[in-house]
Amino acid sequence: MRILSMIRQVLDAEESVRVRDGVVDLEGSKLVMDTMDEYGVEEALRLRESGTGAESGTPLEVVVVAVGPARAEEAIRTALAMGADRGVHVVTDVALDAIALSAVVAQIARNEGAELILCGGQQADWDSQALGAATAERLQWPQATWTSQLEMKGSTLLGRHEVDEGSETFELPLPAVVTTQQGLNEPRYPTLPNIMKSKKKEIRREPVEAFGVAPKIKVLGAEIQVKERMRKILDGKDAAAAATQLVKMLREEAGVIA
Amino acid sequence: MILIVAEQTNGVLSKSAYEAAQAARQLQSELPDGGEVTALVLGSNVAAAASAAGLIADQVLVADLPALAQYDAEVWSAAVAQIAREGEAQVVLIAGSRSGREYSPRVAVKLDAPLMEDVIRLHYEKSGEAGVGVLHAEHYTFLSRVTERFEAQAPVVVVTVKPGSFAAVAPGTTPAEQFDVDLELPQRRLKVTGSIKEKTERIALTEADVVVSGGRGVGTQEGFAQLVEGLADQLGAAVGATRAVVDAGWRSYSEQVGQTGKTVQPKLYVAVGISGAVQHLSGMNKSRCIVAINKDADAPIFKITDYGVVGDVKEIVPAMIAELRR
Ligand SMILES: Cc1cc2nc3c(=O)[nH]c(=O)nc-3n(C[C@H](O)[C@H](O)[C@H](O)COP(=O)(O)OP(=O)(O)OC[C@H]3O[C@@H](n4cnc5c(N)ncnc54)[C@H](O)[C@@H]3O)c2cc1C
Ligand SMILES: Nc1ncnc2c1ncn2[C@@H]1O[C@H](COP(=O)(O)O)[C@@H](O)[C@H]1O
Repeated sequence: MRILSMIRQVLDAEESVRVRDGVVDLEGSKLVMDTMDEYGVEEALRLRESGTGAESGTPLEVVVVAVGPARAEEAIRTALAMGADRGVHVVTDVALDAIALSAVVAQIARNEGAELILCGGQQADWDSQALGAATAERLQWPQATWTSQLEMKGSTLLGRHEVDEGSETFELPLPAVVTTQQGLNEPRYPTLPNIMKSKKKEIRREPVEAFGVAPKIKVLGAEIQVKERMRKILDGKDAAAAATQLVKMLREEAGVIA
Repeated sequence: MILIVAEQTNGVLSKSAYEAAQAARQLQSELPDGGEVTALVLGSNVAAAASAAGLIADQVLVADLPALAQYDAEVWSAAVAQIAREGEAQVVLIAGSRSGREYSPRVAVKLDAPLMEDVIRLHYEKSGEAGVGVLHAEHYTFLSRVTERFEAQAPVVVVTVKPGSFAAVAPGTTPAEQFDVDLELPQRRLKVTGSIKEKTERIALTEADVVVSGGRGVGTQEGFAQLVEGLADQLGAAVGATRAVVDAGWRSYSEQVGQTGKTVQPKLYVAVGISGAVQHLSGMNKSRCIVAINKDADAPIFKITDYGVVGDVKEIVPAMIAELRR
């Protein structure tokens, strides 16, 4: 059995974001694997380590997939160093929206004969939550999103996920798409021996053109729009006086409380 | 036709439906042949929601079936795609709720349509090829620090609407006509084996005018209850929490504000003992007025604060509660 785990690189959350000529400029910024994707890689590794598929004699294989520019290979290397078996890198400098991208992922899933796709619940940069569901639809597979607990029993997934109000436990037949959420696991750090081993692992590069997809969305521009804040900061050494003044300002100046 | 999927909970039309209707009305006025604003109500025992939808749309399509008592991504996407196809919808507006964002991609794939996610503004440009408009939209990216503009040009576009971004439309007085629809629904494959509802007596976090949130600075679970809930009680506010607090088990995940929790944009947001990590700011930095109480004058939260107090929450918050009581 084979699991695909989708990974991508995002701006490190600690970095400040810059926009130049209406485009977010990542030049020189620190990029890391999206945390949501780390959850996915970790979960795939845990499923493999739990011995799933061992009964059939063929241990589960974890394949990480990235669609993106040349630098996306760093994220694949990180995932391989965490323990993934091999990588597929679809190389493109054009940002594909999730609906277009899902056509690429679905083709890879078919070619690889994958039975489970793990995908980040939400991108830390473009905020999209769509890839998992769109891929599931293309493959005519079911899906579970915002998954915070997962295990596999035979060809059934058992898990828990977040819904509109609260959470649900679920059963889901394979093949399926599962998107991740915080709480699913604690992603491991690559160890030195695993980093050494990962250097020999295979990364297959494929040009995006082979998939015949085009973006459905065109980005027109981007701006950093931060609201100016007044930053009236009071000293709270005298708690009562500070509280009185704060409440007065909120009532009379800001008009936000009665 | 402009199709809005009017969300309801227990037969009550959701706020998101009124917001989607507002977006739909605006597009209707901009589109050369906007057609009717059609509300689709899906569920079981939804007569009241359907009537309410009749006051915000030109026509209402209702599927009131036991099979729709519980949401399912495959079932919902099949229903919405079928109605969009039959009605030749130009735009399909879906609430940017967790479920809306989950099934909308499936609708887009079924319709071979672009998907615009979590939009805060929408606008039709007439500049497209003859007869085809171009839908322009804006949404937040990079943890709500960047506002991005994008466009889609296609016969049908699927849009999820970010909660709280459009004003709720004012309901009319003449009810629109209602039609029952026949749906071809697929089998559910995700089997729900248990559900943990997060109930609170308070106003919903995403609908509240005032939100009081607590971070690790409140010290303990009891400190949270005393300070954050105490202040929220005085302000009639909803309660929010940081991930650190949720991870510590002090509060439930349904109260988490931020990148992986809820996004709020109330009139007033009070951050109690919160450092202001970007992932938290992402969920609240669009609030109209931000207040912070933190003992560390260099805490990042103060960079986006309108009114703040540098001090111990254990002293400042009780003093605020006392002041508000007076
Ligand atoms: C992928 C990912 C997603 C995340 N998503 C979210 C999210 O959705 N929401 C979220 O909130 N976080 C999220 N985080 C976590 C985020 O990075 C921070 O760790 C978290 O927000 C910190 O919470 P905090 O402010 O309560 O705690 P801390 O950072 O520990 O801050 C506590 C603050 O309290 C102050 N303080 C302490 N004692 C007192 C006192 N007596 N009086 C006054 N002030 C005091 C301190 O000065 C400090 O500033 C995410 C992280 C990752 C990696
Ligand atoms: N270019 C990409 N390459 C690999 N995975 C991706 C890519 N874009 C999105 N993903 C995956 O999809 C998740 C959610 O983003 P989205 O696809 O847009 O819904 C991400 O966290 C990744 O797991």
